[in-house]
Amino acid sequence: MSRAEVRGEPAEETPAEETPAEETPVVVPAVVPAVVPGAGQGSAPGPGAARSPSALWTLGLFRSELLITFRRWRTLALLAVLAAVPVLVGIAVKIETSDGSPAGGGGGEGPAFISQISNNGLFLVFTALAATLPFFLPMAIGVVAGDAIAGESSAGTLRYLLVAPAGRSRLLLTKYATVIAFCLAATLVVAVSALAVGALLFPVGDLTTISGTRITYTEGLARALLIALVVAASLVGVAALGLFVSTLTGSGIAAMATTVGLLITVQILDQIPQLDALQPYFFSHYWLSFADLMREPVYWDDLVKNLGLQALYAAVFGSAAWARFTTKDVTA
Amino acid sequence: MAEPSATKPERPDEESADDAVIVTRALTKRYRGGQLAVDGLDLTVPAGSVFGFLGPNGSGKTTTIRMLMGLIEPTSGSARVLGLPMPRASRTVLPRVGALIEGPALYGFLSGRDNLLRYDAADPTADPRTRRERVAAALDRVGLAAAGGKKAKAYSLGMKQRLGLAAALLQPRRLLVLDEPTNGLDPQGMREIRSLVRELASDGTTVFLSSHLLDEIEQVCTHAAVMARGRLITQGAVADLAAGARGRLVVTTPDAGDAARVLKEQGAADVVVDGDRVTAEPPERDLAEVNAALVAARVRVRGFAVERASLEDAFVALTGEGFDVAG
Repeated sequence: MSRAEVRGEPAEETPAEETPAEETPVVVPAVVPAVVPGAGQGSAPGPGAARSPSALWTLGLFRSELLITFRRWRTLALLAVLAAVPVLVGIAVKIETSDGSPAGGGGGEGPAFISQISNNGLFLVFTALAATLPFFLPMAIGVVAGDAIAGESSAGTLRYLLVAPAGRSRLLLTKYATVIAFCLAATLVVAVSALAVGALLFPVGDLTTISGTRITYTEGLARALLIALVVAASLVGVAALGLFVSTLTGSGIAAMATTVGLLITVQILDQIPQLDALQPYFFSHYWLSFADLMREPVYWDDLVKNLGLQALYAAVFGSAAWARFTTKDVTA
Repeated sequence: MAEPSATKPERPDEESADDAVIVTRALTKRYRGGQLAVDGLDLTVPAGSVFGFLGPNGSGKTTTIRMLMGLIEPTSGSARVLGLPMPRASRTVLPRVGALIEGPALYGFLSGRDNLLRYDAADPTADPRTRRERVAAALDRVGLAAAGGKKAKAYSLGMKQRLGLAAALLQPRRLLVLDEPTNGLDPQGMREIRSLVRELASDGTTVFLSSHLLDEIEQVCTHAAVMARGRLITQGAVADLAAGARGRLVVTTPDAGDAARVLKEQGAADVVVDGDRVTAEPPERDLAEVNAALVAARVRVRGFAVERASLEDAFVALTGEGFDVAG
């Protein structure tokens, strides 16, 4: 228990005398200028860098973490699937509307904005985000977040990171930052793919908001970017939940499956009318509020509720993950 | 490269910890479920020693090492590494400790070199500007310079072991904790690791080497401790431990029966005849007299020697058991 508190305080032992000494071996600056981008800030005085290396090396660890995440085939496959969704939607709409009939004309069902795509390719961005947000995006986040700690644990690499020593709080924070970065990357992959496919298959130009006003294509692009950011922020809660699950088990697969299972369960519960008292607390409840950004003026209520809820989930499950991870016996 | 820096902080530590690099007092770990893995361990590892940590599988060696490295919280008792309390001072202690714990663990989809870069990035005291050089030097030191670009999943067990060792050698260390470092290595690799350990020790690095290969410990270690069933059975200098079990007198002769009789007359105890070999505990008197007595009794002696006790003899003498897995 006490380890968590103790870790936080600065090691009071002897760093004052010894850290400058540890920095002295840096007498070989000749060969390694541009290896680590982060090196720039801390490279000036040796002792200073050693005394408080945290900012510098936390960046180094974060960079290493990003590399590990994005060089994995699994991550690339997930991103490829996400990029394929707008392509499929775009082609389907193109085929359906090739005879001149409006898309989604049958029952008016389908993801938001789908009926507008054939008029303006930019709407494919909104449609694709609305189509991937309920499942594909959070599933990808669940896989990456669930694997974050548990995957290192089952591979045994966690113990070497900890004896390096990466520091438990810092490692966890770096992991969370990396998962958030992945949320952003995943959302942008969907948005950019949709933008490209939309521009290729459909006409682009000024567009009409939900409220009926017309905005320019440039402003539409800005709204699309804003929506992508809001969608990425909507995933922060799932990311924290996945990270917490990841600290509970030593099996990466179990953590991924649990996170994705929770995601599906919550989505189902969100559909049951009898649970409407609980539903405002489900992390997915206000997800589709991002469509309100396409109103004129923007309708903020649900958007703010969504972001507040995500912050709450991040705080609660982030703390739980921290409490668990900093006191856990690492036996794998 | 940092030898000058490594020596400076040594003094305050050593004063406070009485010249020992690792000191544990009544260190105990009881896992959830009640299993007592380590029971009141009082271990002292002198600075500059090559310390062999012996014990059957399941005797608590790895749990002890994990507590020393701050991976596991002790149930009770204390552990000090480099004079500082663990796990409290992890951030100060661990950068000066290189560790290979329960075999290497690698990112299979990364090359050997990238694995080391990753581990080095996790070390707060590692200078990013010298990272590539230090990684190259570590790869070279364990003989992986040529295979550094290969994906780690294509490595053989021995190569993985070497890469794990390289990770422990990324920085100049004051203490190296090596858990079964020669596992999976071929005889040539084992010899290389042994000479590497000796080389590191001669540079002043304390090496804490756990193994179940008594042979290995005896060849490289200056000190040793023996654990069984979570308890420390003995610790001390290897020479003293081996001396605890006395050597045996071995007489090789075609006249084994006569030899055995004469040896008993000369005061030797525990005489055992095995073919043309007669062994016994050497009597107190001058062995030259014993030999003369054998010859006088017309025993034809082919060989006459005292065989030094091995650590294994010492181990068996101490535990009264073989080297089996604890139940």
